This record gives sequence, structure tokens and C-alpha cells, in this order.
Amino acid sequence: MRVSLEKRKELSRSMLYLTPVIAVALTMLTGAIIFTLIGYDGVAAVWEIFVHPLTDSNRWQDLGVKAAPLIIIATGLSFGFRANVWNIGAEGQYVMGALAGTGVALVTWEMSGPWILPAMLAAGVMGGMGWAAVPALLRTRLGVNEILTTLMLTYVAIQVLYFLMNGPWKDPMGFGFPQTRMFTADQLLPIAVPGTIVHLGVPIALVVALAAWIVMGRTVFGFRIRTVGRAPQAARYAGFDANATVWATLMIGGGLAGLAGVLEAAGPFGQMTPQFPAGYGFTAIIVAFLGRLNPLGIVLAGIVLAVTYVGGETAQTRLGLPDAAAGLFQAMTLFFLLATDVLVRYRIRLARPEGAAA
Amino acid sequence: MSAVVLVSIVMSVVGVSTPILLAALGELVAEKSGVLNLGVEGMMLIGAVAGFAVTYATGSPWLGVVAAAGCATLASLMFGYLTLSLTSNQVATGLALTIFGISISSLAGESFVGLTVPIFGPVFPAALAQDPMLRLVFGHSPIVYFSLAMTAAVWWFLARSRGGLILRAVGENDHSAHSIGYSVIAVRYAAVAFGGAMAGIAGSFYSMVLTPMWAEQLTAGRGWIALALVVFAVWRPGRLLAGAYLFGLVMTLELQSKAAGFALVPPEFMAALPYLATIAVLALISVRRTGASAAPACLGRPFKPAT
Repeated sequence: MRVSLEKRKELSRSMLYLTPVIAVALTMLTGAIIFTLIGYDGVAAVWEIFVHPLTDSNRWQDLGVKAAPLIIIATGLSFGFRANVWNIGAEGQYVMGALAGTGVALVTWEMSGPWILPAMLAAGVMGGMGWAAVPALLRTRLGVNEILTTLMLTYVAIQVLYFLMNGPWKDPMGFGFPQTRMFTADQLLPIAVPGTIVHLGVPIALVVALAAWIVMGRTVFGFRIRTVGRAPQAARYAGFDANATVWATLMIGGGLAGLAGVLEAAGPFGQMTPQFPAGYGFTAIIVAFLGRLNPLGIVLAGIVLAVTYVGGETAQTRLGLPDAAAGLFQAMTLFFLLATDVLVRYRIRLARPEGAAA
Repeated sequence: MSAVVLVSIVMSVVGVSTPILLAALGELVAEKSGVLNLGVEGMMLIGAVAGFAVTYATGSPWLGVVAAAGCATLASLMFGYLTLSLTSNQVATGLALTIFGISISSLAGESFVGLTVPIFGPVFPAALAQDPMLRLVFGHSPIVYFSLAMTAAVWWFLARSRGGLILRAVGENDHSAHSIGYSVIAVRYAAVAFGGAMAGIAGSFYSMVLTPMWAEQLTAGRGWIALALVVFAVWRPGRLLAGAYLFGLVMTLELQSKAAGFALVPPEFMAALPYLATIAVLALISVRRTGASAAPACLGRPFKPAT
């Protein structure tokens, strides 16, 4: 029996939507086996990480707060990924957006007024865009591969953060800790749902995803992005400017990553600290793929990944599971998704070797 | 500055440079075959924990290094299966491999935290290896000599051997290589596996030579430096060696100035310097557009033969 791959003429739509579900199911199954093998109650571990955050209504607010930045970043990245622009430096743009917003917060620290928070958010978007402009410029002017530049700039951004925390932006009243002052009331995100920790970033994430869904599916711009990715030659023939697409997608990706960064700084953190980069920019890549580069799919995928974060935390306290467990589940989800992706593009044929008995 | 201090600084530069040289050599070969594996950091951590575990269990660092290379190779073959056989996206798969390596290594190493392992004995007689000056040449870990030998071997393989020619052909023009009868996929599997083995040995250098004690994520992002180094060296083994030691010098100065609490430039700038230099090199080679020194033409592109 020989397994061979046969290219489909068109992508399988049913497989496109089915494979994320298969990937998550396989992750749960494999995870249960792995954790049983290393001496934990595997089924309980999977339950705690993948199901419990959904059944426990006390945890829903945590899910929203964790999912919001992932959804915003992944939505931005999906534009680039669709157009074959590989911005994998969202983590750096996220940090720079947060730093730009923090800069406004520190300047306006002794001021008050309802304009301060919007100014911070605008600065955050600009900060992310500015950081993404470097790879955009290098790619469009010199043809430099954006995969490498966006990645390298992430580590530069993290050093910029460390520099500012250790020196210029250090809280003078902070007992020497390398972090900024706490933001003031006018600089913090308001709570969207009274009595919870659900801040304004959560509805913003949903609005961003909805807007992106409309832009991607219903506008000429969205059509252009999809054409450049799926049929580059047709796009050239139609006169779509390749450089303009690179700029647009990197600005959307960088701007939204920056927005997510400033929302996180003005929301859950309430200040800037060296612990700020938590890998959301990288996890968002998983979210974008799991959500099939579709903004509405990304909302669901963002919730799934948020479940693993929240579940990972509770599993740590309730089952003594190591904190690396959540990361393992996230990596497996992406592995299985990429593996089952083959079903979208190819048909699996089981062919008996010639001459074998029927 | 006294000569003895200078020798000790050079020794620490060698220590910092060796693992990034090893990991970058492996990645260079993989990229020359047309495969961009962003999982270097993950494979290094898998090697680090496997090497530590086996050395701890057997007491032999040599078995540890073999295990490190073996386990990281297995991880790289998983990457190879997804990207080469199932034609998955190399960028996403590589990132998944890194996340996987980070979490599996801290999971597997949970019970090792704070434990120590026996280290390699000296290669040369103590009279040479412990002499205050001669240790500069004779006082290194065997892995250091291995990394230098591998640099020469990789250079010879790529520049002078038939196998290297085939590998470069596969990386520059996969369809032509395929049509004259070479198996693109098999060559890339081999290159990816070599990259895995080298990353594994590089990772074990952190857990078994530099600090023979286990700590989570002890490679501290150096896998990304190795990736940058390959580009910085414009995919040439000779420049890779020079670049590794240049990066090693910068990183040593950064660590020293942090320890001393004094520096002419902020240590964060030093930490960012290898990445900034790599971006500058990328821009420069694009300006010059010298075909031979630029990136392999098929880098990152999946290959699926037409038939």
C-alpha cells in the first residue's frame, strides 16, 4: 500500500474549515498521551487546559482579556500572510507600539483630560507602523527579504524596551525597579463590562476583526490582497502595484500589533515593564493560521489559544502541571494544523503497488 | 591590561562564539539547500536538555553530545517531514518547532533544575591546557576544536565536493536539479538533519560546557543570533567563522560591561548590535546584487515535482 498526494484543482473548502478542528482534537489526544506517559493524569490535564476555562464562567473574563491582543495582532498579520508578505516580527511591533503609547503617557503624566487615552492609542498604532516601515522600506527599495528583517527587529525592539526601562523611563519613585510609573486614571483603559476585568480592548478586538472581515471580503483592496497572494501573475497583469501591497500589509500588520501593544500596556499592565513581551506576537502567528487567515476564524482561534493560556495557568495551580504545558499544546496545535493542511491542497490516494495481490 | 586578563577574555569570547558558530553552520547548510528552518532555538534547547539528561544518567559527556545531536536531529526531521513531504509553510513550521523546543525542554528538564553534570576532560595534557598562556590554544573544550574542524569541513564540502555542488544546485534551482535526476527532497532532508544535529550539539554546549547546570531556556535566544549570523556571513563558511567570533566579542563585551556596571555605550545597544549589523548586511548585499553571494534562490520555497 502506497500513500501518494494528488494536487486538488481547487482548495477543499470543507477541509479548510475542518482541519483546524481536527488539529485541536489531535492535540488534545496527543497531549493526554504525553502527560500520561510523563506521570500526570493526562485526561485531567487536557480537561483542565482545553475545557475547564470554557465551562467555568468565572474564567470567561480572563479568556476575553487574553484573546483580545491575539485577535488584534493576528487580524493584522492575516492581510500580509494572504499577500505572501511574511511579517513575523509582530512581537517587536507590539513592543514598539506599547512604548510609543507609554511615551505619550509619561509626557502627559501630570495632565488630565479625555484626549489622553486616544492620543496614547494613536501613538501605539504609529509606533507599530513605524517599526514595520523599516522592513517595508528595505523590501520595496532594495528587495530585502522581510522574514529576516522583521524577525531581527523584534530583538532590537526588546533591547530598546530594556534600555528605556533601565534608564530614561525608570520610575524615579520605583525603588530602583526597572519599570515606569503607574499610568494615571486618564491613561488607563476603562472597564467595558462593570464588575469584571474585561477592558475596552476586548470590544475593540471584536470591532477590528469585524472591520477586517468586511475589508478583506467586500472591498477592492481586500480583493487585491487576495489576488496578489493566490495568483501573483494575474495580479501583475491586472496592474496591482506589488510595492503598494507590501506597504499596505506591513502597515496594517504593524499598526494593529502596535494597537494591541498599547492596549495591553494601558490595560492589564497599567505601566511598562521589562516583562511586557510575552510572546503574543509569535502566538498570534498560530492564531492567524488556525483562523485560516479569516478575521472571523481568527476570533475563534484567538479564543482557543486564550483557553490554552488560561487553562495552563489553572492546571499549574490545580494539577501541578509545569507552566511549559500551555506552550507545548500551542506548538502541537500548529504542528497538527500544518500537517493536516495537506488535506486542503492535496487528495490522499492509497495506491497498491503494481503486481501486489488484490 | 595584563596578558593573563587578555587570555581570559579571549577564552570567554571562544565560549560565547562556539555554540552560535555550530548552530549557524548547520543552518547554513540547510539554507544552502533551500530550506529556511526558523526552529534553531528550539532544536538547540532540545539538544541542551537531551545532552544534559544523558550525561546525568551515564556520567559520560560524550554520550551526552551524541544524544543531543540525535534528539535534535529527530526534531529537525519532524520539521523536514512537515515542510518537505507535506509541503507546509517553512516559516510557520520553524516557529512551531521553536515553541515546541522551548516547552518540551523545560518540561523534560523540570527535575534537573539546579543539578550539575560532569564535564569533558581536557583534550591536551594538563601542562599545556592549564598553562596561563598556552591554554589559549590547548585549553578549550573538545567541542571548540570540533566546531573549527566542522567549519573547514563544511567549507570543503560546499566549495569542493560533488555532494556540495548538488546541494547548492538544489538550493539555487530545485526544478533543474530535479529534472537532471537529483532527488531534491532527499538532499533537503539530509541538509535539514545536519542542521538539527549541529543545533543539538550547540545547545548541549550551554548545558554541558558553559554552565554544566540545568536552567530553563539557558540558550537565551542565541538561536536567533545564529540565524542572523548565517545572513550576516552571506552564506559563506569562512565569513561565518569570522562573524561568529565578531558576534562573540560583542556579546562578551555586553556581558562584561553589565557585570562591571559601566560602559561607554549602553549594554542594550551591544545586545542589539548583531541584529542591526545583520540588517545592514542584508541591505548591503541587496544594493550590490552580486548574484553569487546573495541568498540561495529557492530559500523558503516548497518543492513539489510536477509529476
